[in-house]
Amino acid sequence: MKLIFEQSGKNSEYVPESKAVLREPFGRKELPIPDLGEVQVIRHYTKLSTLNYGVDSGFYPLGSCTMKYNPKINEDVARLPGFAALHPLTPEKSSQGALEMMYELEKDLCEITGMDAFSLQPAAGAHGELTSVMIARKHFGKKRSKILIPDTAHGTNPASGAMCGFGMVTIKSNSRGNIDLDELGKAMTEDVAMLMITNPNTLGLFEEEITKIADIVHAKGGLLYCDGANMNAMMGITRPGDAGFDIMHLNLHKSFSTPHGGGGPGAGPVGVKKFLENYLPVPRVVKGGDRYSLNWKVKGSIGKVGPFFGNFGVLVKAYTYIKAVGPELKLVSEAAVLNANYLMRKLQPHYDLPYDRICAHEFVLTSKKQNEKGVHTMDIAKRLLDYGHHAPTIYFPLVVPEALMIEPTETEPKEKLDEFADSMIKIANEPPELVKSAPVTTPVGRLDGVAAARQPNLRWSNE
Amino acid sequence: MRFTKEHEWVELEGDIATVGITDHAQHQLGDIVSLDLPKVGTKVKQFSEFAMIDSMKASSPIYSPVSGEVEEVNAELGTSPQLVNESAQEKGWMIKVKVSNPKEIEGLMSEEQYKKFCGEKK
Repeated sequence: MKLIFEQSGKNSEYVPESKAVLREPFGRKELPIPDLGEVQVIRHYTKLSTLNYGVDSGFYPLGSCTMKYNPKINEDVARLPGFAALHPLTPEKSSQGALEMMYELEKDLCEITGMDAFSLQPAAGAHGELTSVMIARKHFGKKRSKILIPDTAHGTNPASGAMCGFGMVTIKSNSRGNIDLDELGKAMTEDVAMLMITNPNTLGLFEEEITKIADIVHAKGGLLYCDGANMNAMMGITRPGDAGFDIMHLNLHKSFSTPHGGGGPGAGPVGVKKFLENYLPVPRVVKGGDRYSLNWKVKGSIGKVGPFFGNFGVLVKAYTYIKAVGPELKLVSEAAVLNANYLMRKLQPHYDLPYDRICAHEFVLTSKKQNEKGVHTMDIAKRLLDYGHHAPTIYFPLVVPEALMIEPTETEPKEKLDEFADSMIKIANEPPELVKSAPVTTPVGRLDGVAAARQPNLRWSNE
Repeated sequence: MRFTKEHEWVELEGDIATVGITDHAQHQLGDIVSLDLPKVGTKVKQFSEFAMIDSMKASSPIYSPVSGEVEEVNAELGTSPQLVNESAQEKGWMIKVKVSNPKEIEGLMSEEQYKKFCGEKK
């Protein structure tokens, strides 16, 4: 497909002559913009939009991202004029409905996670992590200098810690893919502020010794943080607050069905236990009698972490989802876990499964068997595009070489899982030359990712 | 040439140690796209991070096999990071360090030991 610039040059009759008279030296003889008529521009962009691939067009098993279907009722509610047209500086007496929604959402998130208080302000997951580390910093001041992070963590965890001036210490996983308790015991000293863990972790495995982990951390006065990226595996089943976590963030754009990726923005609310509540960002939404208001005067708060009240439209969508699904949230997680285990067992005979145990909402395979024929994970991911699926997450987590991280989510029916499994099984046994030349059915073939990373020159030029 | 468990190599000449990552490491990382190397004069400590390397697969820290002060940095890697892929243990060297304790090197693996170590890890 041609770029809009490349279609230019033959259509100058569409572009009217300018009547504006510009004084020298502002007038230009030439203006190198595409000279297309409105209809051509519209057709160009409409054609482009049909090349897009999203969860509304097909299967999207991107591990660790929870690309679940986004119910359209979320969009309907977020577009209600009372929400969509509300100015963020509207006085409290005229924005009671919006404040009530935020108050209720905070309460629901507390109920789901077992935390005591939430702030909806952080704009996405990593921002939620940063907010949490700022809370840890405020809690300890300069008394503690280190944060512990398992080797399966999202890369944003150490980044958030480093942003607040903490030193990072990596904790190795054991052969079951969980945190090694001996390693943790040795590393957990009194200058450690926090252990940041994702539970279930990025191998899709539940931390079986989570209460012992909490005891080890708390015995030295440290805080236990839950990266809630994988909350989709445990809603209504277990609660981080009950397992001993002190702080956590949620990704509303993952577990709570708000748009994700190009359809964002996200929202990364932070929840804490009572003893940390006053550190949460201001303003806090409070209820007095049947009136809601914003409290800016909280002693000890880390202050504001974003403009106004977070990504408000996203909050409305997550609120709608929670209220629409209600107690059936437990079924959501059960179906997500069932779907992942079904796919895992179906693919196990054909791919290497490094951690052979019941998984949570996602699982990690490797292409070890295919490597022997010279086929790598990247090739398999590209070949999946030919079969009409989005590729899973690849080469993550880093502790598993040649990883394929698959998360089907609860919204896929069995037929779709079978279709994906059939494609994966076919690819596992296809001739290496074919897999390595993929994709062949997409608008563009195999892109030169290395050149794009080494020489990121994004500017079009007609030379 | 001596080797670390984190897949760096070091070669000592006089009191200057040349440091890079092993051929085995570059194979694991895949195509290298950029490096974040320290400035001349930076103090490095044995087994502490001194640089970051970005490949198509991952971003990884690189640990110094020796303690001392950075004396020279391989500027060519700034424009040609692929040298690490093409020649990890020669042209893809990263820094030269004026070592503060040459004895540190004795604790590292020989080529034979390193090969065995990589074999075991598979």
